[in-house]
Amino acid sequence: MAETHLPPEKFTLRMRRYDPESGDAPYWDEHTIELEPHRSVLEAILQARDRFDGSIGIRCSCRQAICGSCGVRVNGEPALACHTHLDAAKRSAREGVIEIEPMGNMPVIKDLIVDMDAVHWKKIQRVTPWLLAKQPVPEREYIVPKDAMVDVTQTMACIQCGACVSDCLAMEVDPGFIGPAALAKAYRFVGDPRDDEQFTRLNDLAQDPQGIFDCTHCFKCVEACPKDVNPMGQIMRLRRIATQDQHIVDKNNGERHEAAITGLVRNYGLLHEAELIPRSYGGNSWFAKFTPAAGKELLSSLPVVIRGLLRGKVNPRIAIFGHKIPRQDLKAVQAIYDKVESRPERYELNLYVSGEDES
Amino acid sequence: MKVAYWPGCVSRGFTPELHGSMAKVAPLLDIELVELDRACCTGAGVIAEHNQELADTLNARTFALAQQVDGAAMMMNICSTCQGAQSECQERLDANAEYRAQVNDTLSAEGLSYEKGLTNKNFLWLLVEEIGLDSLRSRVKRPLTNLKVGPFYGCYIVRPRDRLGIDAEHPRDHYLHQVIDALGGTVIEYAGMRKCCGFPIITMNKDASLKQAGRHLGDAVDAEADCLVTPCPLCHLNLDLQQPLAEQTVGRELKMPVLHLPQLVGLALGLDPKELGLGRHVVRPTSVIDWSTSVVGAAA
Repeated sequence: MAETHLPPEKFTLRMRRYDPESGDAPYWDEHTIELEPHRSVLEAILQARDRFDGSIGIRCSCRQAICGSCGVRVNGEPALACHTHLDAAKRSAREGVIEIEPMGNMPVIKDLIVDMDAVHWKKIQRVTPWLLAKQPVPEREYIVPKDAMVDVTQTMACIQCGACVSDCLAMEVDPGFIGPAALAKAYRFVGDPRDDEQFTRLNDLAQDPQGIFDCTHCFKCVEACPKDVNPMGQIMRLRRIATQDQHIVDKNNGERHEAAITGLVRNYGLLHEAELIPRSYGGNSWFAKFTPAAGKELLSSLPVVIRGLLRGKVNPRIAIFGHKIPRQDLKAVQAIYDKVESRPERYELNLYVSGEDES
Repeated sequence: MKVAYWPGCVSRGFTPELHGSMAKVAPLLDIELVELDRACCTGAGVIAEHNQELADTLNARTFALAQQVDGAAMMMNICSTCQGAQSECQERLDANAEYRAQVNDTLSAEGLSYEKGLTNKNFLWLLVEEIGLDSLRSRVKRPLTNLKVGPFYGCYIVRPRDRLGIDAEHPRDHYLHQVIDALGGTVIEYAGMRKCCGFPIITMNKDASLKQAGRHLGDAVDAEADCLVTPCPLCHLNLDLQQPLAEQTVGRELKMPVLHLPQLVGLALGLDPKELGLGRHVVRPTSVIDWSTSVVGAAA
């Protein structure tokens, strides 16, 4: 690489410092270090610690993006400090100063070190992160179809760095959410053909109000992950297997919400928004609005609906009858539903496994 | 410029002022909209959650219909969630010829076929990349002088970056900033501008959902924004329609008007606030902004 021959340059680091035991508030600390531009942010932090202030707190070990110890936020974005080049960090920095903060959603122990035990590892433990093998366990090796194991390799790439936890927007407002890393770990076993507890695991994660249906689908974890684990994608797979294969109807409206949208698009071609709330609470039928759960929610939404109607935001005709695509097209859409949903096996293309076949 | 136009469901349902304002703004930008009125809902990611091939086939049908529009330069949408859901399906369809053939086999019943490589841009992207900021600036009749606008991007139009084609040459996650600036407004940055509005979990965890909306609106209030602008009608539902409930959840008064992108553009291009449907919002923009003075700072 050409960059390896570039001479050392000066880089200014602006680090978030905090020692909870001191009783002082967090503060920013700036140091200018000198390193070749291809070197890592971690090396820069360590140089600052060696040369200017031995009290800078940073956790690290392998220095090659394998151990997952040095998760931080660089210029506001989650990253492994050892896997972020200084020149790249400078390019994304405001006014040329590289800003380094501890990860989010976890309490700070000191400076850039967060308490992974209190949040990340506790959540990992929550999902029973080991195989509950089908019995009897074979005397020799357990032979499984290759494709079945390839399916879970993406989740196995996780190095437990906590970057996705740091950035999870659902956890930001609901700290009890099981979260992306632990749910990706859950898929590791739900997708494993040797595991005997697929239903129990999924039922547990679906019924928990802070389980698989608490994910807001914001893609933050997808973007944060340095190993392309795609935690949100794994959460969607957990939902898919829970609702479609295990037929779990959860008390959080997750299954009903999915059935409502899928069913309404089948019936109308477009989303009939006014039906979404009653069906998500009461089940995928026109009569859902008369169920106690839907009735209660509709009643509490009444001020919102009335305001919408008064402002002309909600057209009463569309609110009652919905809007549809032309009849001929609706038939074509329904034929697609029929054909795809009648396949003996659901087909799922995972680009992590298959890659792109063409340039 | 002629485009195959996908308005989405919500822009014609619970936020009709979005579709309406787009129709008013398009001629002023020389955009000819050919509406894809035969196409179905993208599924907003939820149909993909139910059955990936189903979502991919339904969206491939929309793409195929768009490719049939004579003389259309590309497909355009006005809903971030549609953009995100469609981009996800298109990524799979474009990556694998065998899969595409399987999907096209289903579409063949209707005589349709999707050919790899459709260009599908949200109005925001089209505005910056095809119309251009200089051209937009030259069309401004009523600069948004003194108007402090907070961009609200949401999620689907900024993540994941690779899939959405965001890079140094296409800083699409900064385009709202650039558009507000080109229209003469002042950009107000705040913590929640690229966070989730909470809409996807409104039926599953209402409290967390409204907390998300309330926090971002509160951040914008603290940053002294006059209003927000968003390219996503679903974000609009949670940020505007649900705002009174979000106020209760976070325990503070918010009163933050939230504009759809075409409305903000339309105001600067000289359209009447009423014909842009600004009176239809739950939090009326007129409650905090005097359109007759601050927006008409330097009328042409």
